[in-house]
Amino acid sequence: MNVPLLRLRDILLTSIQVDLTDQEALNFQAELLHRVNETEAKGVVIDITAMDVVDSFMARVLNETATMVRILGAEAVVCGMQPAVALTLIEMGRQLVGVETTLNLDQALDRIQQLIARRDGVYADGETDRFGGHGRSKVTSDRSSVREGGDE
Amino acid sequence: MSEVRVDVRVENDIIIARQAGRNVAQKIGFGTADQTRLATAISELTRNVVQYAQQGICVIRDDSDAQMLRIRVEVEDNGPGIPDVDRAMKDGYSTGRSLGMGLPGTRRIVQDFAIKSRPGNTKVAIAIARPRAAVQPPAGARPVARPAPAVRPWNTGR
Repeated sequence: MNVPLLRLRDILLTSIQVDLTDQEALNFQAELLHRVNETEAKGVVIDITAMDVVDSFMARVLNETATMVRILGAEAVVCGMQPAVALTLIEMGRQLVGVETTLNLDQALDRIQQLIARRDGVYADGETDRFGGHGRSKVTSDRSSVREGGDE
Repeated sequence: MSEVRVDVRVENDIIIARQAGRNVAQKIGFGTADQTRLATAISELTRNVVQYAQQGICVIRDDSDAQMLRIRVEVEDNGPGIPDVDRAMKDGYSTGRSLGMGLPGTRRIVQDFAIKSRPGNTKVAIAIARPRAAVQPPAGARPVARPAPAVRPWNTGR
């Protein structure tokens, strides 16, 4: 695995530091999803500061990864896109960017906390909360209620 | 006039080709935005080769003259060819696993774009070009001074 995934409290933090081949990008996506599931992370931050090319394939991988993370029940933020990369992506086609982004890592951590809080808030009012869940899907919430039962 | 040739066979060659393109662009004085456009365009075109033709070649050539900085790139393969080039140039059309943004997206970020395809030979030629004056300010030009941000008094609001 050439992209390290760090766990920081309930967030998975990852920084893509090398040029990934298409296969490596897909491996990264699979590994990240696996780790979200395994660690029950509430959010994922993907730092792309070091990426000097995001082509249509990589853009698609990033967008889809974020969507997949969300349907698992966590939040995702991409941060640090270089200005020239943003310029190129938008010139190529607006539909290429469909993911929550922030300028830098600091803002990404703030944003992901907001998103997590919002998700928790939404679910706290909804019926899923009877599982004592923190906003993940019902199944996962049910599982976590065994462990954290009654702390809400 | 320098020329870089990159054989394109496996996914890693996509990275080698786009880095080679960026290096040439940087060396002859293109700005970061054009370097990135060129690298991205090469990435899209060489991916098509790996995906659809298995093997091809990417030739990157400095074609600058007195007025213009210019890089020409030709990506050629002997694959099955693109059955309907007009459709392939439309957003969202793909026979593979992509979004179908590769070719139309590439055309939007380069200055020249030409494509020829028949079974057994596909050739895409692009160029990225910029007037020298736009990239390299004349000697002695002074950088534009930015006004300093207004100083806001610290914590004076009521």
